[in-house]
Amino acid sequence: MNEMNTEGYVTEDGRKIGGVVMEMRNITLRFGGVVAIKDISFDIRQGEIRAIIGPNGAGKSSMLNVISGFYNPQVGEVWYKGERRPQMKPYQVARQGIARTFQNIALFEGMTVLDNVMTGRLRHMHAGLVAQSLWKGRAEAEEVKNRESVEKIIDFLEIQHIRKTPVGRLPYGLKKRVELARALAAEPSILLLDEPMAGMNVEEKEDMSRFVLDVNDEFGTTIALIEHDMGVVMDLSDRVVVMDYGKKIGDGSPDEVRNNQDVIDAYLGVAHD
Amino acid sequence: MFYREAGDFKTSYAEDTQTFPIRFDRYRYFAVLAVAFLVVPFVINDYWLNAVFLPFLIYSIAAIGLNILVGYCGQVSLGTGGFMAVGAYACYKLMTAFPDVNIFFHVIIAGGVTAAVGTLFGLPSLRIKGFYLAVATLAAQFFLVWLFNRVPWFYNYSASGQINAPERTIFGIPVTGAETAPWATYLLCLVFLTASALIARNLTRGMAGRKWMAIRDMDIAAEIIGVNPLRAKLSAFAVSSFFVGIAGALFFAVYLGAVEVGEVFGINKSFLVLFMVIIGGLGSIFGSFAGAAFLVLLPVLLKNLLVGGLGWPTDLAAHLEFIIVGGLIVTFLVAEPHGLAQLWRVAKEKLRLWPFPH
Repeated sequence: MNEMNTEGYVTEDGRKIGGVVMEMRNITLRFGGVVAIKDISFDIRQGEIRAIIGPNGAGKSSMLNVISGFYNPQVGEVWYKGERRPQMKPYQVARQGIARTFQNIALFEGMTVLDNVMTGRLRHMHAGLVAQSLWKGRAEAEEVKNRESVEKIIDFLEIQHIRKTPVGRLPYGLKKRVELARALAAEPSILLLDEPMAGMNVEEKEDMSRFVLDVNDEFGTTIALIEHDMGVVMDLSDRVVVMDYGKKIGDGSPDEVRNNQDVIDAYLGVAHD
Repeated sequence: MFYREAGDFKTSYAEDTQTFPIRFDRYRYFAVLAVAFLVVPFVINDYWLNAVFLPFLIYSIAAIGLNILVGYCGQVSLGTGGFMAVGAYACYKLMTAFPDVNIFFHVIIAGGVTAAVGTLFGLPSLRIKGFYLAVATLAAQFFLVWLFNRVPWFYNYSASGQINAPERTIFGIPVTGAETAPWATYLLCLVFLTASALIARNLTRGMAGRKWMAIRDMDIAAEIIGVNPLRAKLSAFAVSSFFVGIAGALFFAVYLGAVEVGEVFGINKSFLVLFMVIIGGLGSIFGSFAGAAFLVLLPVLLKNLLVGGLGWPTDLAAHLEFIIVGGLIVTFLVAEPHGLAQLWRVAKEKLRLWPFPH
C-alpha cells in the first residue's frame, strides 16, 4: 500500500482530525549491535496531538531523531505528505516544515530571545547576501514582515518582556518557552516536542500544557510529543504510541493504552518465572 | 542625564531594528562621522597619518573581517596574515596588469579574490572545530606566505622579491606611490572602513548574522532548525576574507607602498589582528574598532610618553613598551574577558540609569 490514509476521525472533545501527514513504515535503527528501534510503524494525522511514551531507553528520542532527519534508519521508510522521503540532512527536513524542541534545551545562548525566535523563521527568508549587506529591498522587507509574525508568537507565548534579553540569562522555564517559540516561528506542519515539561514544577507544567493545547487549537499545528508525566500525556494527547526496548507495544487512544496489558507490564514490571 | 531611551518610542519594526536604536547614540555616530570626514582631512599631517590613522583604519577593517569569522561564527582562524597577503598580491597583480582601471575597483576585486581563497581554506571547518581548525588555518598562513615568496609570477619576477605599488590616482589625485597627500590616502581608507563597518553591521543584524551566531552557539541545534552548516560557515569565511583582503590590499598599496611578504604578512600579523578582536570584544563591530585603536594607539602613546615625555633612551623604551602592552593585555583580559565592547556596554547601561541607579 503506497497511498496514505486520507480519512480523518473526530476526537472525544469534538475536534476534527485530518488524514495522515506523516507515516513511519517498519523503521529499524541500529547503532552497531544495539537495536534502538525495531520494526516500528505508526502514523501522525493532520491536527492531532500524538504522544510517544515509554520507559527510559525505549527509543523515543531516537524515533524523534529519525523523524527530524538526524538519524537515518537502516530499514524502513518515512512518508511525509503523501511522498516517500528520501535520505535528507536535518536542515533539509527542517525546511520541509518539521520543527522540534530538545530534551536538553538547545537555544543559542549568546543571542537575544528575539534573534533566537527570528532564526526559526529561516525557511521563510530568502534574501541574498548582497541584499542583506545593504539592508535594502527584499532583505529589509523580509526582516519587517517576519518580525511581525515573530511578534505574534512572542505575544502568544507571553514572553514580550524578555524580547531583548540574551537567552543565557533566562531561567529554565522561560528557556523552554523560548525554544517552543523558536520552533513555532517556523510555522511547521509538524511540531516535535521532546519532553517539553521535563524538569518543570507543577505550575510551569500547567502553563506549558496550556500552550501546547493553544498552539494545536489556534494554529492547527500537528504535534508529536515525548513526555514522561503520564497525567500530562493522557490529558493532552489524542493518540499514544507506547514503546519499550525499541518495540511498539501499544498504539491508540489514551484509554486504550491505559488498559493495554503489555503497557501495564512495561511500566509496572512483570514477574518472570 | 541625556542618555535615555525614555520618550524615544518606536512605531515600526524597521525603526526597532536600526543600528543605533537610542537617539543619542545615533547623534553621536553622525557626529563622529562628520568629524572623521569633514575635520580630520584638513588637519592631518604625515606623522599622524602614518603612525596613527592609516594603521588604525586598515587594522579596523581587518578586525571587522576576523570578528565576523571568530566572534560571530565561532570559527577560529590564525590565517589572517596570509589572507591579507592574498589581498595585497591580488591588488598588486591587478594594478600592474590593468593600469587603466581605477585602484578603487582593484582593491574591491582583491577582496573578492581573497574571499574565494578564504572559502577554499574554510572547507576544513566543515569537519574540524576549535583548536584543530586553528591549526588548519595556520597551515593556510604558512602556505600562502611560502607561495608568494617562491612563485616569481606573483611579484612579477622582480629581482628583490618585493612588490612595489606604482602610482595610481582617483579623480586625478594620487593615492598610491610616492607623491600622495595625507588627506587623500586617509579619506580613501576611511571610505573603505565606513563601508565595511556598515556592511558588516547589516549582515550581522540580519539573517546571515543569525545563522552565523546559531552555528557559533550550538551547531547541531542550528542544523536542526534549518541552517545549512556548509553554507553558513563558508559564507562567514568568504565575507570575513573579503574584508581581510581589502585590508591587506590597502595595507600594501596605500600604507606601506612596498612589501616583503614574510616580514609584513607573517604569523605576527595573524596574532595581532586576533588580539585586536579578542581585546576589542568578540561578536561586536564596535569591539573591532576598539581593539584596533587599543593596539595601534597604545604603543604610540607609550613611546611618546617614555621617549618624548620622560626622555628615556629609545631602545629601553621600545623594550619596556612590549612589557607594558603585554602586561596590559593580560590584566585586561583577566578583568574583562569580553573585551572593550563589553566595558562600553556596561558603561552605557550604567549611564542610562545615572544618576538614579535604583
